[in-house]
Amino acid sequence: MSIRSYFSSIEPHFEKGGKFQKYYPIFEMIETIFFTSNTVTKAAPHARSFVDMKRIMTYVVISTIPCVLWALYNTGFQTNSALSSLDIKEISGWRIHLLQLTGLGIDPTSLVSNVSHGLLYFLPIYITTLVAGGLCEVIFATVRGHEVNEGFLVSSMLFALTLPASTPLWQVALGIAFGVVVAKEVFGGTGKNFLNPALTGRAFLYFAYPAYMSGDSIWTPVDGFSGATSLGLSASEGYESLSNYGITWTDAFLGTIQGSLGETSTLAIAIGLCFLLLTKIANYRMIVGCLFGMIAFSSFLNWIGSDTNPMFSMPWYWHLVVGSYAFGLVFMVTEPVSGSHTNLGRYIYGGLIGFMVVMIRVLNPAFPEGMMLAILFGNIFAPLIDHFVVMANIKRRAIFNV
Amino acid sequence: MSQTRKQLLIDPLVDNNPITLQVLGICSALAVTSSLNVAFVMSLAVIAVTGFSSLFISMLRNYIPNSIRIIVQMVIIASLVILVDQIIKAYAYEISKTLSVFVGLIITNCIVMGRAEAFAMKNTPVDSFIDGVGNGLGYGLLLMCVGVFRELFGSGSLFGITILDPVSNGGWYVPNGLLLLPPSAFFIIGFLIWGIRSWKKSQVEAREYKIQTLEVH
Repeated sequence: MSIRSYFSSIEPHFEKGGKFQKYYPIFEMIETIFFTSNTVTKAAPHARSFVDMKRIMTYVVISTIPCVLWALYNTGFQTNSALSSLDIKEISGWRIHLLQLTGLGIDPTSLVSNVSHGLLYFLPIYITTLVAGGLCEVIFATVRGHEVNEGFLVSSMLFALTLPASTPLWQVALGIAFGVVVAKEVFGGTGKNFLNPALTGRAFLYFAYPAYMSGDSIWTPVDGFSGATSLGLSASEGYESLSNYGITWTDAFLGTIQGSLGETSTLAIAIGLCFLLLTKIANYRMIVGCLFGMIAFSSFLNWIGSDTNPMFSMPWYWHLVVGSYAFGLVFMVTEPVSGSHTNLGRYIYGGLIGFMVVMIRVLNPAFPEGMMLAILFGNIFAPLIDHFVVMANIKRRAIFNV
Repeated sequence: MSQTRKQLLIDPLVDNNPITLQVLGICSALAVTSSLNVAFVMSLAVIAVTGFSSLFISMLRNYIPNSIRIIVQMVIIASLVILVDQIIKAYAYEISKTLSVFVGLIITNCIVMGRAEAFAMKNTPVDSFIDGVGNGLGYGLLLMCVGVFRELFGSGSLFGITILDPVSNGGWYVPNGLLLLPPSAFFIIGFLIWGIRSWKKSQVEAREYKIQTLEVH
């Protein structure tokens, strides 16, 4: 029996009046994994296009592939390097046992060893995200009778990529559950979220368990190994000191540095960006606005200068490659639902985030990283920006049509 | 009198809770619920103030000129708050330092003003007193619910007694730092309102908007 005829044969049970009509959303979810949905939008204000939500969401997931691959390599590379540099004789942990059993070993020069070690960290986090977040999603879908769609695949992938490799799995589950429920489902599900669900979950973990989400010892999951992120180093000693730690701009651009799983390589993120721009999934106006805001405000701070705060002198091309600026710019700022919806509004929205991220990084000593908070801040302002853009439009047209 | 005295006391606990149904007095509920001791003292203070202010305002209700009634009510409430503040400072000094301005701010608590204006000005002193105490209890009940959640999961203890042994003490529980920050009370009160309205459907408010139905052109 083919998959199609199998689905067709069990479908009547899930439709209205069937035995399992309550569980229709679950049936629908699994069916649309295999097949494209047959339903098309019939109501007036929607344009019909081949680019439906399923395709948009799938494209975003595809665009994260370079980041994921780099996350696997870099996590393994950092862990393996840390293990070799610490020269620990008695190494324990199931990951290392597994690596030694398969003969891959702990070798920072071996690509395979690095990628498989990274995989052993990434996979548990990603699977936990899918299971915990998916469970919340399915419960809400069943009770409220809406569909489970591919949007969750995007949120879960982005959420997993923003976490440090050492995050305990129960925190991963708690974070994504909070993100899905509080940022998305209580407001009505996909397309009605005014905050980015992945970032809301990340922010929840950041404030709930700061010891696991910031600091020097969490980025590489090796006990006793301490390595600050390049952004943390810049905040305490100035970006010039990064070369003392062997970090050049090229390193930061390629991504062989400490950081959350997916954020380290600006290059991998840029490849994802190209894909998103070519397929027109991401709106270039937000990117331009966000880059302009960041470059303008950081240059302004360079010009002001400060004797006590080394972050003042950090040039824009360093802001671009350290921390999560690039990751947030490409995958979070461009999120269409929580961002502005008018074209002029998109420039302003991007600019506001670019400005805020430098503001938080440079002028707020409490948070070395500002991208997460800046984007959530921008999300909250997006409807207000749209409102004023629309009002200005109405006013302008009223003047011309007296 | 449409309500019996028992109803006056019981109704504000869940059915007509000042926080979850009327959404009043949120500010202090956010600020003082990070530990149960503090929340408990605050609840007692509010119960005393709402009860006695309603009692005295009701006793004076036929002598209060309508045009300056708010000022007279404020004078009575403020005197009671000062009294309560002094008592807390005398008998629970440590807690009074944590409560800081929030005892003083009971004066501006909408629940107290609301009961004086809506009930005590029209009813007999004993009824008003019971109504005031009932509303204070409703406020206190919610404060304690939020407080239990925040203190138990935020620092692993209840009334300062360790229940979940935190990691910093060699235990297993990792305290959730967000719950010690005021914004967490927003989520918790939100979840409580959600829960209560799913349980008591009559509390669900009518929508102010209408979702556009699909029309095929």
